[in-house]
Amino acid sequence: MNESRASRLDLIVTPAIGLLLAVLLFVVWNYSDMDPTTERILEPANLARQLQQQLILAFWSTLLVIIVAIPLGIMVTRGGARGLKNTMVGFLGLMQAIPAYGLIVLFFVWLGQGATTVILALAAFSLLPVLRNTIVGIEQVDPSVIESGKGMGMTPVQRLARIELPLSVPVIISGIRTATVITVGMGALAFLIGGGGLGETINAGLKLNRPTAIFVGAALVALVALAFDFAGALAQRYLHPKGL
Amino acid sequence: MNAHDLDPLHEPRALIELVNVEKTYPGAEQPAVRDLSLAVREGEILVLVGPSGCGKSTTLRLINRMIEPTSGSIIFEGADVTNTDPNKLRRQIGYVIQQIGLFPHRTIAENIGTVPRLLKWDKKKTAARVNEMLELVGMDPSIYGPRYPRELSGGQAQRVGVARALAADPDVLLMDEPFGAIDPITRDRLQNEFLRLQAELKKTIVFVTHDIDEAVKMGDRIAILREQSIIAQIDRPEVILTDPADDFVENFLGSGAILKTLTLNRVRDLDLAPVPPVLPGASRTQALAAVEESSSGVAILLDAQEHPVRWVDRRSLDNAAKPIEQAGRSVNVMLQPEDTLQDALSAMLQTSTGMSVVVDGRGRYLGCVTIESLASLLVQTQNGAA
Ligand SMILES: Nc1ncnc2c1ncn2[C@@H]1O[C@H](COP(=O)(O)OP(=O)(O)OP(=O)(O)O)[C@@H](O)[C@H]1O
Ligand SMILES: [Mg+2]
Repeated sequence: MNESRASRLDLIVTPAIGLLLAVLLFVVWNYSDMDPTTERILEPANLARQLQQQLILAFWSTLLVIIVAIPLGIMVTRGGARGLKNTMVGFLGLMQAIPAYGLIVLFFVWLGQGATTVILALAAFSLLPVLRNTIVGIEQVDPSVIESGKGMGMTPVQRLARIELPLSVPVIISGIRTATVITVGMGALAFLIGGGGLGETINAGLKLNRPTAIFVGAALVALVALAFDFAGALAQRYLHPKGL
Repeated sequence: MNAHDLDPLHEPRALIELVNVEKTYPGAEQPAVRDLSLAVREGEILVLVGPSGCGKSTTLRLINRMIEPTSGSIIFEGADVTNTDPNKLRRQIGYVIQQIGLFPHRTIAENIGTVPRLLKWDKKKTAARVNEMLELVGMDPSIYGPRYPRELSGGQAQRVGVARALAADPDVLLMDEPFGAIDPITRDRLQNEFLRLQAELKKTIVFVTHDIDEAVKMGDRIAILREQSIIAQIDRPEVILTDPADDFVENFLGSGAILKTLTLNRVRDLDLAPVPPVLPGASRTQALAAVEESSSGVAILLDAQEHPVRWVDRRSLDNAAKPIEQAGRSVNVMLQPEDTLQDALSAMLQTSTGMSVVVDGRGRYLGCVTIESLASLLVQTQNGAA
């Protein structure tokens, strides 16, 4: 219930911050003095390509996380997998404790350069929130509701599809929101191993000491993150089971 | 009609039978249910009652195979179902638990339609059945059908739970403390409603409770269980109350066992004491004659509709200053034949004479009942049962 109230607030706050940032970006873009180096870094075609890469990275890694983490979460909440569940959550927690930078480098060492490596690294890093929320979401379903479903002759699959999953949707989606924000933010490091993204602009701005470029790159990353978060808030709002 | 009203020589057939059933939970040293054999007869309410943890729920859940027996077999409608598809079995058996477990994300109508949907009834038939069920439990389908469970009171949710269990018209209903989590007044009302429903539906019901008063009220037969679901006594409530099998049963019944038999009998079972009526417009002499003739020394003054209005005796009539209509004391408490003896006793204790007036459904005078008639009925019951 708290969650739904929070998401209602998100539906106003997130776009408001996004709008503010967009205005700021517009002002900086049009009114700051740009030397040729800055202009070269902020070449619109470049930015568009990086933005697109950033979106693609976030999209695929999030999709991958959803496809892997939700079924995994379902699997380990079926009876008799308690030990497996704890080991897995523990392992993924450890993985999250590795700095994002380190994880990307590790994946690079393992899989080499390229966007695919980045997507896999991002997915690995953001698997935990979705997996954890899937488990928590399913486990917080009132056992008496499942018991009554079983007592009426629902098969295990029917119980999962008609009771457990619908009732854990809000928690699962909130996990996915966390994951998307992580993947967008971490996507800014993709350039390190040739994965592209807006990190290139930020990095160039840092190396050549061009604050305007740093700001534009960072603001664009933030806008993408906000956009994903807003989509998540919308999903939370409209996929929330009626009656809860 | 209670099962025990039926001819004992033609016992109704057993619809459910547990045969030497044993259940040991994994990891437990002692079985939760030990070598239990139990038959549930068609059309009866069999109450399982016993102290907490004695295995009532476990026993109930063995019947619809929510849990599997470690050994023994379960016979349902003449067939051994110990190894059949449990989901199919459960769709034929209504099941109500204390927490009710309504689906919070489904409307009341969808909740009630759960089993019909599992049985693949068509939409129209299901919708009609859902409305019928809501009406059966006294809820307006157009108001409550589209609502969600969180919009119901505890009592309403409980009714929906019962409606949902009955939706596919199962022969058997298993109820695990269905009225446990409800305030006493609502519980009493739900119990009465349910008994009225049952008189119509004649389902075979296994009803779990830890409340002996509820057991006496609801049960055609009561099985008193001790630890590991061992049957201490199984019989009609009046037999158990008046003739407990052993100390365990006696302790479980508590000190009020005899008083509990008061809820088993009705005012109509009592002999009416001949307290003569005095009709409206009667003269003082006529009234005095009636009092003289009465063995208890009192008469009842009626009004034009035959409603009893005043108790009169010799002394009150002797006072010539008062008109007859104001003589004696007014009749405040009246019983009806359907009231329990418990009601009768408390009514009698409110009058100084130890008598209470009985009227019919329209309030017309039928006679009086006395403490003596109540006591003699209790003695009879006790002797009859022993
Ligand atoms: N799922 C389970 N796993 C292990 N032991 C259980 C389980 N369910 C019940 N038990 C044990 O079996 C025994 C009987 O429990 P059961 O729930 O049948 O009792 P009950 O008579 O229904 O009690 P109550 O009146 O408190 O509901 C208890 O000792 C209980 O601890
Ligand atoms: Mg119980």
